[in-house]
Amino acid sequence: MSNTEVLLQQLIIGLSNGMIIALIALGYTMVYGIVELINFAHGDLFMLGAFLALTVVGALGLDAIPEPALLSWGFIPLLIIVPLFCATLNWSIDRLAYRPLRDAPRLAPLVSAIGVSFVLINIGLFWGGLRMDVFNGGVAAASPKDFPWIVSSANLLGPDSNIILTWNELLVFAITVPLMIGLSVLVKFTRLGKAMRAVAQNPTAARLMGIDVDRVIGATFLIGGALAGAAAVVYSSYNHTIYFQMGFRVGMDAFTAAVLGGIGNLPGALVGGLVIGVIRAMSDQYIATEWTNVVVFAILIVVLTFRPSGILGATVREKV
Amino acid sequence: MSEGPLLSVQGIFAGYGPIEALKGVTLNVQRGEIVTLIGANGAGKSSTLMCICGVHRARKGSIHFDGEEVTDEKPHSLVAKGLAQVPEGRKIFARMTVLENLELGAYLRKDVAGIKSDLDMVYTLFPILGERRKQLGGTLSGGEQQMLAIGRALMSKPKLLLMDEPSMGVAPILTAKIFDTIRELNKQGMTILLVEQNAHLALKLAHRGYVLETGEIVLEDKASSLLTDPRVKEAYLGDED
Repeated sequence: MSNTEVLLQQLIIGLSNGMIIALIALGYTMVYGIVELINFAHGDLFMLGAFLALTVVGALGLDAIPEPALLSWGFIPLLIIVPLFCATLNWSIDRLAYRPLRDAPRLAPLVSAIGVSFVLINIGLFWGGLRMDVFNGGVAAASPKDFPWIVSSANLLGPDSNIILTWNELLVFAITVPLMIGLSVLVKFTRLGKAMRAVAQNPTAARLMGIDVDRVIGATFLIGGALAGAAAVVYSSYNHTIYFQMGFRVGMDAFTAAVLGGIGNLPGALVGGLVIGVIRAMSDQYIATEWTNVVVFAILIVVLTFRPSGILGATVREKV
Repeated sequence: MSEGPLLSVQGIFAGYGPIEALKGVTLNVQRGEIVTLIGANGAGKSSTLMCICGVHRARKGSIHFDGEEVTDEKPHSLVAKGLAQVPEGRKIFARMTVLENLELGAYLRKDVAGIKSDLDMVYTLFPILGERRKQLGGTLSGGEQQMLAIGRALMSKPKLLLMDEPSMGVAPILTAKIFDTIRELNKQGMTILLVEQNAHLALKLAHRGYVLETGEIVLEDKASSLLTDPRVKEAYLGDED
């Protein structure tokens, strides 16, 4: 394998994971943009989505297919059930744990979010420990679970190519890109999108326009949750391993991506996600896997030192 | 349309935590009037407006709008009933265009043709907004932002317009223009409740006035009488004359 081939391969992996990170980062950044809350439970919501995906895969018998087809129909129910579940759960979390604290000091909902995170992690632990056929008769709760290949692993570049590109990578893009385009259209052009931007920029003024702020915030949690659900399906089928602490690990990457891109800024989440994804892949290859987290956070610190509001952070100053 | 005042506020109390900002404020606004609420900084003028439009909850007392009790209504249902506010500090959406700001004013309306004609009306009232319709709100000058805030409030087709300090942070020449516009709107039938620190300007424009001191109404009269009232002169008009 030549140097260029290694680089290209890592770039494919980095961009694929970057898109997934960006999808989760959008959930952090949307919620922060609208209620200025860092929703620490968001990564764990993503984790539960992955566990549900594994359960659905088992229930549908998708794991029993020895040689999955190029494009498996199994993705379709997964991409409906899991986002629906995560959206509902995220909305309920806001309703129960954050909305009662909307007028409380900023720290209160933050602590509440950390609490929700613990609850979700423990649900994941419990879920993973249950006897399920997928787990071959049940394994220790904390150990990682294999997520079966649900689309073909055949190399699209031919069996002789050193660079591996499969439907798995293409599906990552086929799912994440339309979701992001859809989200930008929603935010830019729809009535809900305008209301969301208005609440983010000035909640009091938004109220005075007749916007039902609580409903708009609820809708934001629904959308962010659905994106985390989609990310969970794509992540699991692409990386093939899920475990109950992955919400923290992947969530931390996504949160970092949101901050790096400029928290509250939607294109920033995409840029931040891709940057983190590629840096991770390159660091894994050229430095050492053990150092990857150090590299990622070092870059975060450097960027924030010179651009405190992130790569695409706010540019317009409000006149008072 | 029902009988009686368009807005009637009866003995409202409100505050932030232990601090009582309003201690039994009573006022009313008849249809077609300009009523002004004057008072020093911190007297509770903005709190009164925020209670009327539902952003703050009154602890005691009642508010009636257009013949209906609305004391515990949420802001969005009050906007639907015909209440609009030009808030203190303008509170325009800085990262949205002038046009998007105006469209948000009409958020609850569905009559596309009516929205279009009201947009033209706002552009006629403030031609500068038409010229800058694609510019971000945050890039406008203070006076232009004030015009945008007024235009945005008008886009909801209100029955009552609440205005909080429209002269604040605005160049004098634009203040004059804005006060002319308020007079013009009133001639066309708009009812206005105006909160101002510039008591002289406000009393010259309004029909009636209320003087608010530390959360209580201490005086109410015709605006022309308040202008010559020695207590008002001493406390609020100062070297204006």
